[in-house]
Amino acid sequence: MKLKKNLALYIGVGIVAILLFLMIISLFYTPYDANKMVIAERFQAPSIKHWLGTDNFGRDILSRIMEGSQTAFYVGTVSVLIALIGGIIIGALAGYMGGWVDEVVMRIIDALMAFPSILLALVFIAVFGVSTQNTMLAIGIRSIPTFARIARSGFIQYKEFEFVKAAKAIGAGPFRIMFIHILPNVMSSLIIAASMGFATAVLAEAGLSYLGLGVQPPHPSWGRMLNEAQGYLMKAPWYTFAPGTVITMSVLGFNLLGDGIRDMCDTRK
Amino acid sequence: MNYLLRRGCTLIITLLFVSMITFVLFQLIPGDPALAILGLDAEEGQIQELHAQLGLELPMHMRYIHWMSNVLKGDFGASIRFSRPVVDLIYSRLPVTLSLAIMSIGIAIIVAIPLGILAVRSHNKGSDYLISIITQLGMAIPSFWLGIIFILIFGLKLGWFIPGRYIPWNESMIGAFKSLLFPSLAMSIPVIAVIIRYLRTSLLEQMKLDYVRTAYSKGFSKKLVVYRHVLKNALIPVITVIGMMVASVLGGSLVIEQVFALPGLGRLLVASIKYRDIFLIQGIVMYIASVVIGINFIIDILYKSLDPRIQIK
Repeated sequence: MKLKKNLALYIGVGIVAILLFLMIISLFYTPYDANKMVIAERFQAPSIKHWLGTDNFGRDILSRIMEGSQTAFYVGTVSVLIALIGGIIIGALAGYMGGWVDEVVMRIIDALMAFPSILLALVFIAVFGVSTQNTMLAIGIRSIPTFARIARSGFIQYKEFEFVKAAKAIGAGPFRIMFIHILPNVMSSLIIAASMGFATAVLAEAGLSYLGLGVQPPHPSWGRMLNEAQGYLMKAPWYTFAPGTVITMSVLGFNLLGDGIRDMCDTRK
Repeated sequence: MNYLLRRGCTLIITLLFVSMITFVLFQLIPGDPALAILGLDAEEGQIQELHAQLGLELPMHMRYIHWMSNVLKGDFGASIRFSRPVVDLIYSRLPVTLSLAIMSIGIAIIVAIPLGILAVRSHNKGSDYLISIITQLGMAIPSFWLGIIFILIFGLKLGWFIPGRYIPWNESMIGAFKSLLFPSLAMSIPVIAVIIRYLRTSLLEQMKLDYVRTAYSKGFSKKLVVYRHVLKNALIPVITVIGMMVASVLGGSLVIEQVFALPGLGRLLVASIKYRDIFLIQGIVMYIASVVIGINFIIDILYKSLDPRIQIK
């Protein structure tokens, strides 16, 4: 394992750690109440008092960014879990069973992949209504194909290995073989995908919330903050930079983390 | 030819599945579309009549066949909100979305290919780091935020375009170009980053192959080797990536149109979701997914014809 040169991993871990730290602190402490409106303090530029300024309702932007990180982590974690679990089950069945099961599953996955990700999420929200739960479900289900494909190719690769034949010989059932014997070997590539999937989820949530079809008030969301900020671009140009930067950094951090883990696994081989 | 046939079959199957997913999902919407059309105080007789007209009494698989046969005839039903055929609405909004997609992919190709070549020609530790930082950032910045920044800098501060004003192509070519340029630029940034990454890897892989060594041993300069020999081979996998980008660009334009207030399919879709205009949503979704599948089909064929070595099992 060569850790020394793995810059992507270091930067990725660094950024994710800072965001995680910010999120955990916000559970106990924010400089101001994130939802408290102070009309007298509207549109204040960044200052010692309000580090990132205030918004159109006089709310402290830093506090809202901090609380927004809870939303981002919540949506990211749940949707990645949905995608991961769904992807493992579907990919395992298709890869391990093969034959017509595989054929049908792959066609459905191809069909799902034809929808631009935000489009599928929008359909889902159009059908089931606007709410945070549906946002997570929509993003999670759209990401299932990615995970299913990775799991499937892993299961196809490993099902011919000696240790699987050995397990079969001593009478292990298909589910035991799939989830106890093969799955741990496929896990590393799934973890890489999970890290990048988290980045995608943060981006998708921001996009949906920007459109007003994602996380609903009063929960602060970075995407919706961008929408609000756009209305006051001339009056408060700093407003758009806080949520924009923090979204970019989250996506960057989780992408680099995924890249870094991949490089780490590669050099070990 | 055999390949074309087989690929055509999967195209049709995928389209079939897409239509099923679209259809079944919209059957799950709670509420009665007839009530949405007629209003809540509609009479029982009217509702029954409209049900019969829309084929709502039939079982689901019959309704699917009914819907699908209409779709194949180019009839997606009528919008509840506009009382106009969905197809007309889609075609009236299509020019904007299509222009955005074509312009942003065009810009991405024009910018990314020279940059990718440059990245390989000046291949060393320092430039590698620089390129990976820039491309990682390019992929991480939400394009709709980039759009907002463009509005702030180029629209409001510099006055190069008027945010929120769209000029159609048939009114003024230059006006339309100006109003679509910045949204396209914002959408092209992540695409540029992805293409550069793929092209760079693909070029570097090709540079290691034997034919490159042969070319060098014949005394060709690095420049000549890259342009005349390597580039042709390296561009083939990049074509697939550009195909994959079509879906993400069309998805991106759904949000970008909202940012720049452009009257495209995306704005129509978001508005129709807020109004719960079911047939319109269904039509737009089916349309966009079909376009994505169609373009990927064409790119697969192109890919195959460019590289005769690619064998499809």
